Formats: sequence, C-alpha cells, structure tokens
Amino acid sequence: MASPKVAGASIAELADGVRARKWKARELVESYLDRIHRLDGRLGCYLLVDADGARRRAAEVDATVAAGRDPGLLAGVPIGLKDIFVTRGLETTAGSKILRGFVPPYESTVSARLAAAGAIALGKLNMDEFAMGSSNENSAFKPVRNPWDLERVPGGSSGGSAAAVAASLCAGSLGTDTGGSIRQPASLCGVAGMKPTYGRVSRYGVIAFASSLDHPGPFGRTVEDVATLLEVIAGHDAYDATSIPSPVGRYRQACAAGLGGMRVGVPQEYFQSGMDPEVEAAVRGAIDAIARAGAKLVPVSLPHTQYAVATYYLVCTAEASSNLARYDGVRYGHRTVEASSLEELYSKTRGEGFGAEPKRRIVLGTYVLRSGYYEAYYGKALRVRRKIADDFRAVFDKCDVLATPTSPTAAFKLGERNADPLQMYLADIYTVAPALAGVPALSQCCGFTKNNLPIGLQLIGPPLGEEAVFRVAGAYQRGTDWHKRLPEDPS
Amino acid sequence: MPRIQPDEVRTIAALARLRLSEAEIERMTHELDAILEYIDTVKNLDTGDTEPMTHAVPFDCPLREDEPKPSLSVDDALRNAPRRRDAFFEVPRIVPGTGEGA
Repeated sequence: MASPKVAGASIAELADGVRARKWKARELVESYLDRIHRLDGRLGCYLLVDADGARRRAAEVDATVAAGRDPGLLAGVPIGLKDIFVTRGLETTAGSKILRGFVPPYESTVSARLAAAGAIALGKLNMDEFAMGSSNENSAFKPVRNPWDLERVPGGSSGGSAAAVAASLCAGSLGTDTGGSIRQPASLCGVAGMKPTYGRVSRYGVIAFASSLDHPGPFGRTVEDVATLLEVIAGHDAYDATSIPSPVGRYRQACAAGLGGMRVGVPQEYFQSGMDPEVEAAVRGAIDAIARAGAKLVPVSLPHTQYAVATYYLVCTAEASSNLARYDGVRYGHRTVEASSLEELYSKTRGEGFGAEPKRRIVLGTYVLRSGYYEAYYGKALRVRRKIADDFRAVFDKCDVLATPTSPTAAFKLGERNADPLQMYLADIYTVAPALAGVPALSQCCGFTKNNLPIGLQLIGPPLGEEAVFRVAGAYQRGTDWHKRLPEDPS
Repeated sequence: MPRIQPDEVRTIAALARLRLSEAEIERMTHELDAILEYIDTVKNLDTGDTEPMTHAVPFDCPLREDEPKPSLSVDDALRNAPRRRDAFFEVPRIVPGTGEGA
C-alpha cells in the first residue's frame, strides 16, 4: 500500500486513493494528525483536535471500503470545521470565552452532510470571536499565524480554516462569511474559498452573528476542491427557513467547462486609491489571463460601492446585538459567580464573557436600533443595502461574472491594525458589497508579492450563479500554478 | 463636536445588559465616535422611495403543518445549564416572596 503524501494533496486525489485502496482513511488521518501535532503549536489553527473521533470515523470509512461499498464523494478526506459549526458532543465556542465548555446537543446540517459523504472531521478551527474580525486576533484563545509568514495575520474571521488548508493541516475546511470572512482569509493565505449565494447552504447549527448576512462555505487548495465541498454541503434544508429549494449545480463540471462566450465585468470602483500596487498588478494580470483564455472583458460600474462598508457595519452590528442577547448565563456558557438579581446576572455574565469586539458591536448595534435613531441609521442602511443589491442586478445584465481584488493588501502584521477598529473594518472594502447583495463570490490565488505573500482574485456571480463563477475560476487556474505553491513548514 | 458621549455609552450598555468598566466606557466612546463619523457617510445618499431590504434573496416565509416530531430531551436541553434545578434553568429570584431564595 502506497503511503499518502498529504502536504499539498487535493481532495479528489485523497478520496480516489481511499476508494481504490491505495491507502486507508486511517493513514490519511494519522498523517494529518502528525502534521497538526508537529506544526500547529506555531500556527494556532486548531482550538480542538478530536483525534479519537477522527480515528473512529476513519475505521468506519475503511470498513465500508473493505465491505465493497462506496463511502461517498469525500471518502476518508480529513477536514476541519470552523468552531462556529455546532458539533454534537464536541465543545463549540465560536472563539469566545462566553461559550467555553459548551458541548452542543445537536449537529449542524453542513457538518452532518460532510460526514454522510465520508469526510472525517479532525477538529474545530480557530476564529475571531463570534466571527467578528479580519485578522483572527479577536479569538479569545489565541491568534492564528499566517503559514506564509508567521509574523503576519491569516485574515479573518475564518483565519484558522484558511491557514489550516494552506499549511496542509486538513485537506479542506468550512468557514463562514458575513462580510468577507471566507474570501479575505483565503486571499491572505493563498487558498481558494467561496461564499455561495445567501440561502444556498444551510445555516442550521451555525452560531449566529448577523443572520441576514451569515453564509457558510468551503475552503480548498484548488477551485475543484471548493466545488466538491460545495456540492456536498449545498441544498435545501427544512431546518433553515431561508434555505433555497432549487437544485444544486454541477460545480465540479463547471470548473472544467471553459470560458467560451463568457463576459467578465471589471468594476471601476474596485480599482481605486488605497490598493497596494503589487495587488493591483497581480489582479490586473489575472484579468488579462482570463481574457486570453477566451472571456470578453466588459468595463462596468457599481456606483454605490463607496457606501458598502458603512452599510455593512450598520446592518451587521444591529443583527449582532440582537443575536448575542441569548448569551445571558442561564442556558449555556459562562455565568458570573455572584449576582443578586436577574439583571445583574445578565450584565455581569456578559461583561465578563464577551471580548472587546463583540462588546463594541453590541453597543454600536444597540445604538443604531435605539428608539429615535432607528430610521436614521438602521432604516437608512436597509435602503442603501437595496441600492447596492440593485447595482449588482443591473451589472449582471451586461456581464456573467465580475473580477476584482479580494483584499486591498496582502497579509498585514499581527498588531498592525488591531488598535484601530475602523482601520480593521476597511480591510473588508471589496468583500462586503457581495455579502450585502447575497451574491456568490470566490477568492483564489492570483500571485505573490515580492515578499512571497499570496494575493487573491475575487470572482462574483449573480444569485445562484455559482457555476458561472466556477467556470471562470477553473479556466484561470488551468493557466497558472499559484495553487501548487506551498508554504514551508514552520520549524 | 463628538458624536457620542460617555454617558450615552453607559445608557446603551445598560440597555444591552452589558456591564462595562469605566476604562472600557472611555475607550469605547472614543472608538465609536470615529466609527460613527465614518458610518454617517450613508446619510449623504438620497435613498428617496427605495424600499428597505431585509433579506438578501426574495423570501416567502415557508409554512408547514404543526406536527409533533422528535426533539431534544429535557436532559439534553439542560445539560449545558450553569445551574439547573429539577427540570428547570435556575436564576436569581425575580418576584419578591417568602419562599426559598436563589
């Protein structure tokens, strides 16, 4: 039996090997656990490693193969889950001290679907507290470091999910994207990640931050890996009322379909001042490559882009202040030791349990929803949100997919921005508008800076236009080898 | 002139049932002032008769029959409770009375 080389391996390669009995799921699991054991002390990707559970699941997959049955599309593929997905019997914290010790009594729809397709969860991945952040420095437990440069951030909030794939500490992973939390860390870590259409993937069992904006989605080394994971997790779920009932697309096929006749829009507002010149050069180079591969480029405009970050922080903080009201020390999580009244129990518990960023967003969200301020702030934001969504609707009459940068800069240093919340919020400048509009968007690697830091290309499609996005992403990736570059293992 | 004062932050934190230290209130007042200055840019946009957008995709609240189905057991639902008594979550006394206090 061949021994599996897991560093840099694709999901298809690993699953095919399990099905063809080239290697066992157990060997894959041991190889990844060994890497985690050796390397994650430096990287901080995992909050919890479930070695026993992973070995047990691997034995089940191996028994299925031995019995001549197909374990599924993800046969024996070791994956990681952002610690925002509740997992039955496995501690789930959302990166917050207020949920320390919480052992969910149920399983999220998407983690259950991955398991049913033969995937093996290795553990829970680090994240910014309640998915609030763009650098992973807001984790209540420890920061994640970027595998390409340990002094730099991996992006956030799904920083552990992106860094773990980049460093081959899992073959693929799940994250959530509320304003960029899949795409921005994918960009900063040099992997692929997709925020699908809102409602395409169930939110059941995903700890809520901003419910009208929370999008679960996959990370992979290649766009095919992302497509494969999305085919497994997408689809209607009766447990999520906002889940879309339409059939799941053929995302893997789309990656190979080619560009014939496609129109790729280049929005002028995404190439304005503030962008790092190396990022601009790499993204423009990628767009030229897409044109050479057969797409027609169309200059377009999304005129309300300049309002997206402000609108996003109004909507997401309002929703967060409401969603985070449930953490009160009564039903689960942290509870203050001493309280003489119910109100004191609530306010002390919350004051002790939440970190600085959730506190800031609860206060801002309560402020904008307050009687007398509601229409000027929250009501206004909902109207601007429609203007932003209308921009996308209009532009997709003229083109099939948009191509933009994912992040205005490559990975920044730990500590560089976390003293200034507004500077951190501006890291999301290219990712928030697609989140507000609910449209699908993917980030993939399109080059490296001279300091060897990855740069991301963002491809945005119309609602339920995931296949169009994968067509462009697959065609671009075929002409490059950025996705084959691996960071050195940290010493 | 600052957009927000420490007293206002204190009031909002009380509404949100969130105890903050004086140092946290000072820092947050300063940070929120900068954030609100940035956010105020949305006020410059004329949104006229644009309808508010509350859902990212067209959304009809789906209905279903109200049929009993298997659900969490009382024990499972209470397993994470910091304090429970019998089949209940336990909290400090809310209504004054003569019985056993919490």
